[in-house]
Amino acid sequence: MFVSYKWLQEYVDLTGITAKELADRITKSGIEVESVEVLNKGAKGVVVGHVLEREQHPNADKLSKCLVDIGEGEPVQIICGAPNVAKGQKVAVAKVGAVLPGNFKIKRAKLRGEESNGMICSLQELGIESKLVPKEYADGIFVFPSDAPVGADALELLNLDDEVLELGLTPNRADCLSMIGVAYEVAAILGRNVKLPAIELHENEENVHDYISVRVEAAEDNPLYAGRIVKNVKIGPSPLWMQTRLMAAGIRPHNNVVDITNYILLEYGQPLHAFDYDRLGSKEIVVRRAKAGETIVTLDDVERTLTEDHLVITNGTEPVALAGVMGGANSEVRNDTTTVFIESAYFNGATVRKASKDHGLRSEASMRFEKGIDPARTKEALDRAAALMAEYAGGEVVGGVVEVNTLKQEEVKVTITLDRINRVLGTNITKEEVSTILTNLQFAFTEDHGTFTITVPSRRRDISIEEDIIEEVARLYGYDRLPATLPVAESKPGKLTPYQAKRRQVRRYLEDVGLFQAITYSLTSEAKATMFALETAKPIRLALPMSEERSVLRQSLIPHLLEVVSYNRARQVENVAVYETGAVYLANDENELPQEKERLAGALTGVWHANLWQGEKKAVDFYVVKGILDGLFALLGLEKRIAYKQAKRDGMHPGRTADILLDGKTIGFVGQLHPTVQKEYDLKETYVFELALTDLLNTEVEEIRYSPIPRFPSITRDIALVVDEHVIAGDIQQAIIEAGGELLKEVMIFDVYKGDRLPDGKKSIAFSLRYYDPERTLTDEEVTAVHEQVIKAVEQQFGATLRG
Amino acid sequence: MKERLHQLQQEALEKIEQASDLKALNDVRIAYLGKKGPITEVLRGMGSLSPEERPIMGALANEVRQAIQTALEAKQAKLEQEEVEKKLAAETIDVTLPGRPIRRGNPHPLTRVIEEIEDLFIGMGYTIAEGPEVEKDYYNFEALNLPKGHPARDMQDSFYITEEILLRTHTSPVQARTMEKHQGRGPVKIICPGKVYRRDNDDATHSHQFTQIEGLVVDENIRMSDLKGTLREFARKMFGEDRDIRFRPSFFPFTEPSVEVDVSCFNCGGHGCNVCKGTGWIEILGAGMVHPNVLEMAGFDSKKYTGFAFGMGPERIAMLKYGIDDIRHFYQNDIRFLQQFNRV
Ligand SMILES: [Zn+2]
Repeated sequence: MFVSYKWLQEYVDLTGITAKELADRITKSGIEVESVEVLNKGAKGVVVGHVLEREQHPNADKLSKCLVDIGEGEPVQIICGAPNVAKGQKVAVAKVGAVLPGNFKIKRAKLRGEESNGMICSLQELGIESKLVPKEYADGIFVFPSDAPVGADALELLNLDDEVLELGLTPNRADCLSMIGVAYEVAAILGRNVKLPAIELHENEENVHDYISVRVEAAEDNPLYAGRIVKNVKIGPSPLWMQTRLMAAGIRPHNNVVDITNYILLEYGQPLHAFDYDRLGSKEIVVRRAKAGETIVTLDDVERTLTEDHLVITNGTEPVALAGVMGGANSEVRNDTTTVFIESAYFNGATVRKASKDHGLRSEASMRFEKGIDPARTKEALDRAAALMAEYAGGEVVGGVVEVNTLKQEEVKVTITLDRINRVLGTNITKEEVSTILTNLQFAFTEDHGTFTITVPSRRRDISIEEDIIEEVARLYGYDRLPATLPVAESKPGKLTPYQAKRRQVRRYLEDVGLFQAITYSLTSEAKATMFALETAKPIRLALPMSEERSVLRQSLIPHLLEVVSYNRARQVENVAVYETGAVYLANDENELPQEKERLAGALTGVWHANLWQGEKKAVDFYVVKGILDGLFALLGLEKRIAYKQAKRDGMHPGRTADILLDGKTIGFVGQLHPTVQKEYDLKETYVFELALTDLLNTEVEEIRYSPIPRFPSITRDIALVVDEHVIAGDIQQAIIEAGGELLKEVMIFDVYKGDRLPDGKKSIAFSLRYYDPERTLTDEEVTAVHEQVIKAVEQQFGATLRG
Repeated sequence: MKERLHQLQQEALEKIEQASDLKALNDVRIAYLGKKGPITEVLRGMGSLSPEERPIMGALANEVRQAIQTALEAKQAKLEQEEVEKKLAAETIDVTLPGRPIRRGNPHPLTRVIEEIEDLFIGMGYTIAEGPEVEKDYYNFEALNLPKGHPARDMQDSFYITEEILLRTHTSPVQARTMEKHQGRGPVKIICPGKVYRRDNDDATHSHQFTQIEGLVVDENIRMSDLKGTLREFARKMFGEDRDIRFRPSFFPFTEPSVEVDVSCFNCGGHGCNVCKGTGWIEILGAGMVHPNVLEMAGFDSKKYTGFAFGMGPERIAMLKYGIDDIRHFYQNDIRFLQQFNRV
């Protein structure tokens, strides 16, 4: 909402308060003033001139030579290039020495050999936006009304000495979508009075019912419809003061009738519509829901197809306006209009909202209906519009009002105690202070022993409960004066849940071993949604995605991590190790929320460790990643319950991928990307993992319990076993552990060999076995006995032979 | 004989002095103190001495031996020391060569900010509540006093999946769910961090996915001044002890009264700079007293219970704190961006 500072003074005395100060006061009290715009963009020395003579410039077709009286000394000669300049006009003249916006200084000049002493200005040259300039002056100079005094300050007449406050209104403050509403707000802030416009309405002897009747068939959508007839109007420009106020509010002037409806919209916040009575095509107005498929050509000459959701004003047969949104072209006021039917109605916000949304038509009118207007002003606004049309369009107001009113207007009363106000705010505001605030708001109220009973005026539709009153008191009392305290309840210590604490530890661990935490988008493309997913479900698709790339919820974190790796590689970051924790979304039934499961995923590529001058360089491989995960499982106390199992998964290298099992149940996988996927993402050898974090963190583990530090020496024996190359180390290790029994405390693989020194198809794996008894020192014989058992077991189970 | 002994001592000491390594020193030892050495020889000639002279000469011989022995030991120690020093000198390394690098990653800057805020409120007795990102319209809007058709729904254009299910537009539904779980009994004291989604085109200042942290306290006798005190405490812990806050009236459907909360600029201290756009204040939070409709819908008696709620954006805080100029950095995960947040 744009608020002219000068116009506002018609309703509130602003003596002693500049526009800027006013803006600060308004902002502090609750409505943000987004800007204060000085309308004059730097013009100086522009007066009203009277074009006494106009003739063709002798040397230029497109220029006129004018003799202009500027109210001082002899008339001056001015060369003007505007096509519409004419003898007898009152125009804006920038005198010699004047300055125009952009610091353009006017000097005496010679144009094609003819002297020019100043410049006749267009509104654009004076700094007014083109879109606000009345159409007839859009391509030429502006012409003042003939009664404009010669020599008068043109900038003042054009209201350019005004300032405009732009209010950023929150949805609850629709009351300030009108000058009168703003006046009430400002009056409350300043503790001053509101002066409402005086309406002098002279009706003729005729009866409006002889002209028109109204029937409302959709009372819920339209609880109040009122109208008046003004006849014998003469369409022409509206008075300059009205035009300049409209322009200050961001509305382009058209003609007197249309301007008056817009003026009333701004003044009262009540949208009006003026129909050309003679073009209505009937003597009745019927308000109803549109029929499906019915059409209307609106004022913007667009044919619109309607549905039963839309409310229309009809002439009993066909629509003449889309209610609250836009009038129809068929009944538009034109230059030859003589009789006007003014509609002032209260339409349901949701109905208007639907229509304006469906047709992409958001107007000053529809916006006000959507946010809710004050029905108490509907008829007053109508009277004021009729009076102005009589005054400024030469019309004659036909006696009476046509009206259908089913509005149930209940008075809103709120009762609240002083104690409650202070208890909610934590203040010690006095009864007197509250009374003053309510008085300044012009809320009628009674007070009895600290209990206030307040009658809320209908313009403040946002107020209906105690808290609304508390807010009014708080904002006008001033939040600066609110003390700062802390809740005085019994205080329990805050704490992360075990899950949250573990998740943080997991993150810290991964970061400390070298991975960066990434956060990627949850929305992805349909193709990527299920890729790599541990579990898949029907993709969850947005009803109205903004792009295919972000249309479906992800079921795995890996695809976006691969994008991260790819993004970095494209920027010469070759070595990337990232992880992410985040939700994946698995659909349930259509009307149920999906399951959200937290996953932990990572992607690693390039060099893992390098210390080149010492000859160390290690690329990321399967075992680097596995090692990281082993450390993670150890951190969570799960290392003994985890197993890796060779696996085949879509998108993964068939020989370098393992499923990870917790207590025998798959909770994730790790491996190298399939070369074709690597190519797709433009990656080199890249390893990924994804784990079901929710399950992992929710797995119960035993508390740490101390076990005695070993007191006796342990005995270590190494064995190198030659086995068939398809035998896997994990199986042998498992067999060793089983055969080693109680005394075998540790089995470590320290060498794997395949090559020339062994027969084809064979490999050797070397294990180091540590034997220990916590109760005593083991003898060599005892260890040898167990060790033989171990060897026998692997020989039998895997055909292993000891390597010499 | 006496002279001979003195002479031998003299000679031996000189040779010891001259010995340049342990081997030479050992040669001296053998030469003078060995069984075939000259001192032994001298002593052998003692038979020719008188009984009175013998002990005197014996004592003298021992003295000489002792002196040589002492000198030998001293020299030996010195030579050994020199040997060690030489060896160590040969072992000298270039300490300016680089150390074996330790690989280290770090948390995402948003996590850094979120955890700092979480910890701060945990210190004030809050717990952390989490909830689904795919939400029911009811919890996202209706339970927060935003019935269907409410004009304020325009303020947050949302990603709907079905008519009743959408990606949450704020973390407030977690508050609604938590209150509901409390079944009308206070106190509730929670912080709700999480991802949220809005239909925005991604650009330098907008992201269709971002994070939010909201807080909620519901109890008997919670006052708006408690909100002010709590947020002042937060601002000081987060942005510096000399920070101040101010409330500006605002509107949110789920709180009343509602305020925007500014923190005095931590860059200029309030004088005005480009961070605070010359105002001395930076808008950080939205807050207010929980709307009675919200309390009632969650099963709390709004006559008995009051509460406050606040919300903030970790992206905005991180951008202000670290001077980050483009919100997209948070979701591009450029390693060169991420690794800037790798230290205390
Ligand atoms: Zn600053």
